[in-house]
Amino acid sequence: MARELQLMKGNEAIARAMIASGCDGYFGYPITPQSEVMETLMAEKPWETTGMVVLQAESEVASINMVYGGAATGKKVATSSSSPGISLMQEGLTYLAGAEIPCLIVNVMRGGPGLGTIQPSQSDYFQSVKGGGHGDYQLYTLAPASVQEMYDFVFDAWDIAFKYRNPVLILSDGAIGQCMEKLYTRDNVARWSEEERRANAPWGTWGKPAGRGHNIITSLELDSARQEVFNHKLQAKYAEMKEKEVRFEALNCEDADYIIVAYGSSSRIAMKAMQMAREKGIKVGLFRLITLFPFPTKQLAEVAKRVKGILCVEMSAGQMIEDVRLATQCGVKTEHFGRFGGIIPTPGEVLEALENKIIK
Amino acid sequence: MAIKGQIIIDTEHCKGCGVCVPVCPMKCIELSKEVNGKGYNFTHTVNDKCIGCASCAMVCPDGVISVYKKKI
Amino acid sequence: MNKDIEARKQELLNDGYEEVYTRTKVLTDAVMHYCPGCGHGTTHRLVAEVIDEMGIQDQVVGVSPVGCSVLAYNYFDVDFQEAAHGRAPAVATAIKRLNPDTFVFTYQGDGDLAAIGTAETIHAANRGENITMIFVNNGIYGMTGGQMAPTTLVGMRSATTPYGRRVDLNGYPLRMTELLSTLPGTYYVTRQSVQNPAAVRKAKAAIRKAFENQKQKKGLSFVEILSNCNSGWKMTPVAANKWMEDNMMPNYPIGDIKVDGKICEGIDANRLVLDHALTVMQ
Repeated sequence: MARELQLMKGNEAIARAMIASGCDGYFGYPITPQSEVMETLMAEKPWETTGMVVLQAESEVASINMVYGGAATGKKVATSSSSPGISLMQEGLTYLAGAEIPCLIVNVMRGGPGLGTIQPSQSDYFQSVKGGGHGDYQLYTLAPASVQEMYDFVFDAWDIAFKYRNPVLILSDGAIGQCMEKLYTRDNVARWSEEERRANAPWGTWGKPAGRGHNIITSLELDSARQEVFNHKLQAKYAEMKEKEVRFEALNCEDADYIIVAYGSSSRIAMKAMQMAREKGIKVGLFRLITLFPFPTKQLAEVAKRVKGILCVEMSAGQMIEDVRLATQCGVKTEHFGRFGGIIPTPGEVLEALENKIIK
Repeated sequence: MAIKGQIIIDTEHCKGCGVCVPVCPMKCIELSKEVNGKGYNFTHTVNDKCIGCASCAMVCPDGVISVYKKKI
Repeated sequence: MNKDIEARKQELLNDGYEEVYTRTKVLTDAVMHYCPGCGHGTTHRLVAEVIDEMGIQDQVVGVSPVGCSVLAYNYFDVDFQEAAHGRAPAVATAIKRLNPDTFVFTYQGDGDLAAIGTAETIHAANRGENITMIFVNNGIYGMTGGQMAPTTLVGMRSATTPYGRRVDLNGYPLRMTELLSTLPGTYYVTRQSVQNPAAVRKAKAAIRKAFENQKQKKGLSFVEILSNCNSGWKMTPVAANKWMEDNMMPNYPIGDIKVDGKICEGIDANRLVLDHALTVMQ
């Protein structure tokens, strides 16, 4: 793989990764702090190079339903938005999950509730991994902590989405979306040929050839017994993801007396706080979540057995902490620290919270 | 020379809505007094004046009427 | 497939008869769930016949709505997607943009298209998406039990206007077809009906034109089909068709409004905006 070093914004990395990973279509609607995704795509004009379709929709409601329509034809289709826009997409997301359509959604989170703020936040954890829309469903949720991961996770998303026929959510935030960092880009992966599309998505609706039955994409099943069977099938799929697709990073957890659990921007601040703590002689580790669903329950529980306390850092009122406490069966002292309204905590504040809430 | 028509009605799938009855120019269709398996008074022919114009088939929402004709 | 019926058909053919009409194979054998006499069945038939006659069954992707025709995908033997309520035009937009060689049609009712999906409808039309939109207007929400739709006539009773629709409470009947004709993105806009053989033939010709336009990449073709909702209107199918002619048609005049991207002669600006809007149901 030819790796080229570049300096790039997180949002731009998402857009470039879409083009480079053979994405067939993007449908979006402007919202701060992620508008650079579509702006980059429009400036790059991939329809002239890879043939990727890019369209500005009339709303997030329309863009997620365009994703539904396009992705149901067995193509790689994506959208991106930020928190209020993602709220509007929830109906579409539950349809996508219910109809088992692989696709990519990027949420560059901002503060809420309501119109909230345009600054970074991590208060959409519940919305992302606890449903969001109606019905029993899950989105495979990746939390990038760098511009490099914004880029790389787009490639990973397609693999998971098509392997499981499930929507994938990249849950980022305004800090990662807006910051510029170096990253290594990859060579372009060609968009799927017609034959590849048909082989990878035999369920897709591209026009029924003679000899096969008509493909139907729907999330409706009026027969309760059949709907229950389908729900079991979905749950089995999610169970398999929990078994095989968990991703996390454990730093300095082997000898740690305390660990910080965090993801995305917060995990970078936590890493600095961990270093500051170690300089003071406090053995702190960082357990960074990469997949929020599936949550690394077993792996965290294993680490937690060896520590005296856990600080959860999240730019929210404390959402992820519920899953941390479930993972450890509340067996370890676990507290939350976060800031609201788009304020990013400093490493010093995190260390202070660790000392005051956990160590004391 | 005249045209003789014939219609074949899938009576089991007829819902007895009756929209074919008033559109028949030869008045050869009526709803039967009997019912089909679904309990509908299906449509049936009551004379042999059919000219194969297919008006009945045109308006049938369920496509249960097939129309044939020949010159005699 | 009823073997006895097939045998009788063969018998007639052997006897020198020619086939004038039989159910198209683009419809599946599934029995449609629509109420007896409902225009949805007839409209389905016409769309399927056009697909059959154009020989495009292997290139069609349909999009069904939420409403009475939610299960349309069971009745057409073509690839089909079922959209969220009102979103069919957005769904169809992406199908067509990503698969420009397919024929994409949406099939929606008046609640789906003219209420909850107004934005998607207008913007798909305004972008001039190269798709075919079939809009079945029966002036009521059929599936949920006969509530007021945006198209319900002034004075018309429904489950949520039990004393008749009042303009001061509920506003005016919305005429999406006239409205869409004013957008430069629409190429063909027409209103048809399916209550008698002549109307059915015209409606089929309109649907054919709408698909032919798509073949020639002309932009959006929009075919409104006035239909009865006999169970929602609480009438027999035959009486409902008569009622539709007497009451719906003065408010929703039948005929082409825009052909080949141009507003038809005799359709003046007043028709598009004002007249008929206040025709009160007798």
